[in-house]
Amino acid sequence: MTMQPATLIPPLLALALAPLLLGVINRTKAVFAGRRGQPLLQTYFDIWKLLHRGAVYSRTTTWVFRAGPVVGLACALVATALVPLGGVAAPLWFPGDLFLLVYLLAVMRFFTVLAALDTGSSFEGMGASREVWFSALAEPALLLALVAVARPTGSVSLSQILAGLTADQWVHAGIGFALVVGALIIVLLAENARIPVDDPNTHLELTMIHEVMVLDHSGPDFAFILYGAALKLWVLGAVLVGVMLPVHTGSAWLDMLVALAGMLGLAVIVGIVESSMARLRLLRVPQLLVSASALAVLALILAMR
Amino acid sequence: MSVDSILILVALTNLMLLAYSRLGASIRVTAAQGILLGLLPLVASPHAGWHAALIAVGSMALKGVVFPRLMFRALREAKVQREIEPFVGYNVSLLIGVAALAVSIWIGQQLPVPGATISSLVVPVAMFSILVGLFLIISRKKAVNQVLGFLVLENGVYTFGVGLIQHTSLLVELGVLLDVFVAVFVMGIIIFHISREFDHIDTDALSSLKD
Repeated sequence: MTMQPATLIPPLLALALAPLLLGVINRTKAVFAGRRGQPLLQTYFDIWKLLHRGAVYSRTTTWVFRAGPVVGLACALVATALVPLGGVAAPLWFPGDLFLLVYLLAVMRFFTVLAALDTGSSFEGMGASREVWFSALAEPALLLALVAVARPTGSVSLSQILAGLTADQWVHAGIGFALVVGALIIVLLAENARIPVDDPNTHLELTMIHEVMVLDHSGPDFAFILYGAALKLWVLGAVLVGVMLPVHTGSAWLDMLVALAGMLGLAVIVGIVESSMARLRLLRVPQLLVSASALAVLALILAMR
Repeated sequence: MSVDSILILVALTNLMLLAYSRLGASIRVTAAQGILLGLLPLVASPHAGWHAALIAVGSMALKGVVFPRLMFRALREAKVQREIEPFVGYNVSLLIGVAALAVSIWIGQQLPVPGATISSLVVPVAMFSILVGLFLIISRKKAVNQVLGFLVLENGVYTFGVGLIQHTSLLVELGVLLDVFVAVFVMGIIIFHISREFDHIDTDALSSLKD
């Protein structure tokens, strides 16, 4: 498989712009709350600052704790190489890569959980248990939604699926795609620890899910985790935008601009959801995730018909 | 809006009914389902004339306006709590709903309807509504919910009827609507009487005999 230079554009954009999404989300929330808000580039500043700090390791931790952030970031980096954007294929694609994408995210989560358990802190164990519980329910929803999109295009490679989607299919089977988009949005919010599943700004360990697992990481390790989380948001967002806006105008520049606008729009939507909704009660979250699976199954059944 | 999208929205409302925990929300969803089904004959055959129009308007008025009002009145008079209290949890209900959907699609493929239907989704969605209605009746404690289950069941039968609108007569449809109306009316009264007699409408507690 020869690699075309153009295929490097989606991962490079992801690497450069992923932290900006978090900035846009925070700015949207600030505008809704009537505040000025932190700078749009705050996540970049945070990562830069953390990279220049030293890391503190508890004596109870082992190498697993140190491996967690590194493996997590590595998984996120590989995942960015799998996801196309704006009609440009990803540098790495083969039949079945959508399963690799799903399980790369799973490995990333697995190592975060292991690192959290390695600290021996009871709070982190609680966060780890919740994270595993929710992601076990989010995973079938994500897989079923992706397969439902894959079915009409007859391919199991993300690049080919998203390249095969056309606005025509939206008109033809719009409601099936709408179901997929609904399921993917729920998965995106759940996987990235966003309201209504998890509150990224909470200050109470008892109510945290993702944040509590990374409390003990510091310095460069925490920078890796922040950057990995931003990349994960970008990756899932890129898949969602690919399904939502299958525009093929003919001009590669225009397609890419539409996709980037879609990503920023998605960040704004996430910000609006966070500003307008309260967090769900913990016991209600599985119901939301099962509903996402139900939507995806309905979409899949419609696609198979 | 095409026939297919209306039918898929009906299937979605069925899933919502399985997942919702509030009585008021469930009543509203059932009303929305009734209105969607009322639109169906109009969208399916816009030139069918007064026959389709009469069924559409009649069923929309009954299912979208009259029934919800009756149910809300029953709720108010019986002073019931707003939670549903299911026998089967919401997540399991949803999963059973998804399984029922798969079964209905399979049945729809096994039983091709002779003659022309308005969409290939008619039989599956009708079967799905019937199954969900039955499941709601047996899996929820509150009497109000059992009325809702009955309505969903009837909506499934109605979907069949509309799907074959060229073949069914107006009289049958209107007769069914009238029957349902009387049934819901009577059930509303019964709910009120049960709650006055026993201070609750929990049907589970009715199964034990008293002196």
